[in-house]
Amino acid sequence: MSELSAVARRAVEAATAAGAGEAEAYVSREVGREVRVHGGEVESLTAATQSGVGVRAWIGHRVGYAFGTDFSEAGVRAVAARAAEAAAVADEDEFASPPQPAEVEALLGLSDPSIGEWETGRAVELALTVERTALAADERLVGVETAVYADSDEQVAIASSAGVAGEYETSTCYAYLQALAEGEGARETGLGFGLARGPRGLDPEAIGAEGAARALEMIGAGKPESHACPVVFDETVAASFAGLIGGGLSAKAVQRGRSPFAGRLEAEVASPAFALHDDGRLPEGPASAPFDAEGVPRRRTALIEDGRLVSYLYDTYAANREGAASTGNAARQGYRSLPSVSTSNLVIAPGALSLEELLAEAGEGVYVTDVAGLHSGVNPVTGVFSVGASGRMIRGGALAEPVREFTIAGELVGMLGAVSAAGAESRWVPFGGSVSTPPLLIAEMAISGS
Amino acid sequence: MSDLLDQDVAARVLSRALANGGRFAEVFAERRQGQSLTVDERRIESVQAGAEEGAGVRVVDGNTTYFAHVDGLGPADLERAADEAAAALRGERSEPRPLRAREVTPLPIERRPEEVPAHQKAELLRELDERARAKGAEIAQLTASYAEARREVALANSEGLFSGDDRTRVRIGAQAVARRDSTVETGAETLGAHRGYELLEDDPGQIAEQAAAKALTLLDAVDAPSGSMPVVVGGGFGGVLFHEKTGHGLEADHIQKGASVYVGKLGERVAEPLLNAFDDGRLPGEWGSDAIDDEGRPTQKTQVIEDGRLTSYLYDHLTADRAGVASTGNGRRESFRHLPIPRMTNTYIAPGDATPEEMIAEVSNGFYAVSFGGGQVDPATGDFVFGVSEGYLIEGGKVTLPCRGATLIGNCLDALAAIDAVGDDFFMKTGICGKGGQKVPVGTGQGHVRLRALTVGGTAR
Repeated sequence: MSELSAVARRAVEAATAAGAGEAEAYVSREVGREVRVHGGEVESLTAATQSGVGVRAWIGHRVGYAFGTDFSEAGVRAVAARAAEAAAVADEDEFASPPQPAEVEALLGLSDPSIGEWETGRAVELALTVERTALAADERLVGVETAVYADSDEQVAIASSAGVAGEYETSTCYAYLQALAEGEGARETGLGFGLARGPRGLDPEAIGAEGAARALEMIGAGKPESHACPVVFDETVAASFAGLIGGGLSAKAVQRGRSPFAGRLEAEVASPAFALHDDGRLPEGPASAPFDAEGVPRRRTALIEDGRLVSYLYDTYAANREGAASTGNAARQGYRSLPSVSTSNLVIAPGALSLEELLAEAGEGVYVTDVAGLHSGVNPVTGVFSVGASGRMIRGGALAEPVREFTIAGELVGMLGAVSAAGAESRWVPFGGSVSTPPLLIAEMAISGS
Repeated sequence: MSDLLDQDVAARVLSRALANGGRFAEVFAERRQGQSLTVDERRIESVQAGAEEGAGVRVVDGNTTYFAHVDGLGPADLERAADEAAAALRGERSEPRPLRAREVTPLPIERRPEEVPAHQKAELLRELDERARAKGAEIAQLTASYAEARREVALANSEGLFSGDDRTRVRIGAQAVARRDSTVETGAETLGAHRGYELLEDDPGQIAEQAAAKALTLLDAVDAPSGSMPVVVGGGFGGVLFHEKTGHGLEADHIQKGASVYVGKLGERVAEPLLNAFDDGRLPGEWGSDAIDDEGRPTQKTQVIEDGRLTSYLYDHLTADRAGVASTGNGRRESFRHLPIPRMTNTYIAPGDATPEEMIAEVSNGFYAVSFGGGQVDPATGDFVFGVSEGYLIEGGKVTLPCRGATLIGNCLDALAAIDAVGDDFFMKTGICGKGGQKVPVGTGQGHVRLRALTVGGTAR
């Protein structure tokens, strides 16, 4: 048993000793580093270690939670006691009960040893290459606001009085930049990024080139006229919307009447061109793990198939409310948070068309490459949205002049019904959670510009 | 000062941090404690408490910052952080100056929230729930939350500064869902301050009623219009418009990287002469106030726009050093796990002399944005976007129908220059601002403000 599992066991025992009928402890330790470069120099170099324990205590059907960073005997006892105290403040909830242990199938390959093998100097060189590649792309590429490389390796252990016990290790690594281009009297930004389990999985030249290309193509952007037209989402935009849809498919949101998908199980909610599933065990998925944040095995869950809504996402509590089984979709923001329902890796099924064919199919429309204001421009209860956007006009079935400072508006379920094709090539995008998606063609959306 | 950081230990840690050279070193120690709970579906749930402590050490050499953070505040923890921060440097040892303690008076807390029994906080949430539901049978859901947080910080740097602060914040929020047939709308309201439980002595339940009233109003809403039109922005959280479109662009890190539309604009006219704006980290009890910033510099009131001219950027220690000016006390960090960067505190447009009624009466056809869900800006391009949470049509100089689904979109410089009236009905509201992956509490404020023209992106077809 690892040190983390030992801490988890101690915390569970301390919580039951402090008056909890049942208890669960989640312990994590993360070691990471981040390199930020600017102007050919290292701007900052961060070495980070953080670890903590979160304890969930049940007294009857009341639940409380506490967390802390002190792994000493006294420290763990204090966290456990506070969790039990918190439970005494909560109201009874007949569906609140600890998850039962289940067989967990091992999931290998979540941790890439190249993180530990790469010395910091090599990570710095990777970030500098990202910046250098962007700057060399074009003379109108006047700078890079920041180029960042970061990696982390996290160990997680869980234990409960009901008999849940498990641990795993996972690593993540990413690099990105915000490139600055100047032309026609204005400055434009372009994001390039890549993610992998370890630095050997990143292509710094491709990341730098993407940021440069995205900034350069926006030079001379104007406002489009307000109208309704076909819209193509690039992968980053499709992923942002997928995240919103994933939030609405949480059984917690549905049960509490706070989702546009409430009451629509088995109903038609999308066009047949749009298929969506959640898969917490995909080897290449950034959010993959053998079990979820409360020890329930991760799995694949079909969500939208043939245009129909086939399932919501559940954690143990949400499943208890319906007499259903958890889909292994409990998630936490580390040891500081209670588990709650969330997507793991969301996957939008690819279609048959290349990007060129999608644009040709759109004919006259807008290719959206960036959206802004998703946290304030979307009503998660109703699905009504109006968000800022930028991208390129589509004219005669091909990319034309850049456009910015406009909004796209609609309603999530209506938008899914209007998806007329998905691209053939998917990409992992760290927006909206962890999403694998191709570009999408929407038959018609409202554009508001000048 | 608190027991967080012993002066002798701090001196030793700084010395170790500079073992391989560097022109500046700092150790930042912090203890964080908090409690939060929620009422949802009429049940008290998500009751939680947290306690964390740790430290971050940074060493600056040339233009490079080396940073390491650890959990724990024992001398061995701090020394480990110092060694990790110094590990990548290759220079000759440099010597920190002797530490001199600087006394700081933290903002006063009358009633420590951790001494208030948790059951009393649960009762408060039950009251919020009752008050919202009493607004009418169309209120289908009410979620309300209570959160308290205490951050004790202590820091020492190689320039001899040894200081600390003790900060307590309390905030409550309510979100109501109203339903009529198939129409569903939401309304939200918050109340927060850098104060103790005394914040909640004066009828906090009214925020639940306000949230419910917003949701109920929207049941009668029409789809928001689209196009460019005059826009009147409400007081208080309406100030988030200024926070996004101007405040972020004035943060010196963006300026020094050429990633702001306000580069080179110091001293220039950027707005009508009627506009005066400030960042003030000393406003008593305000959500974005602290006694010192997270680099130990006393917070201050900085005028950023005077009679329409740009007068100052917002600096932390490093950007001020680079610019050859004094820090404006805007070096803030989310926690010991983050590097300080230039951040706003409480940012506001000073009151003008117009009344909201006059400002609206002068608009024949326009939009009235009372409050926002939030906003976002790209400081480099100046493009911004705001989601309107409560908005109305203005027709013939009168506020008429409520609108749903409106977004305001524009470019910073144009939108700032477009302000042609500032109201006298000033007040502040609370916000949580995200930048570079760090969230900090900020205040925003203004009276009503009118823009000659701004693009409204609505859902009306």
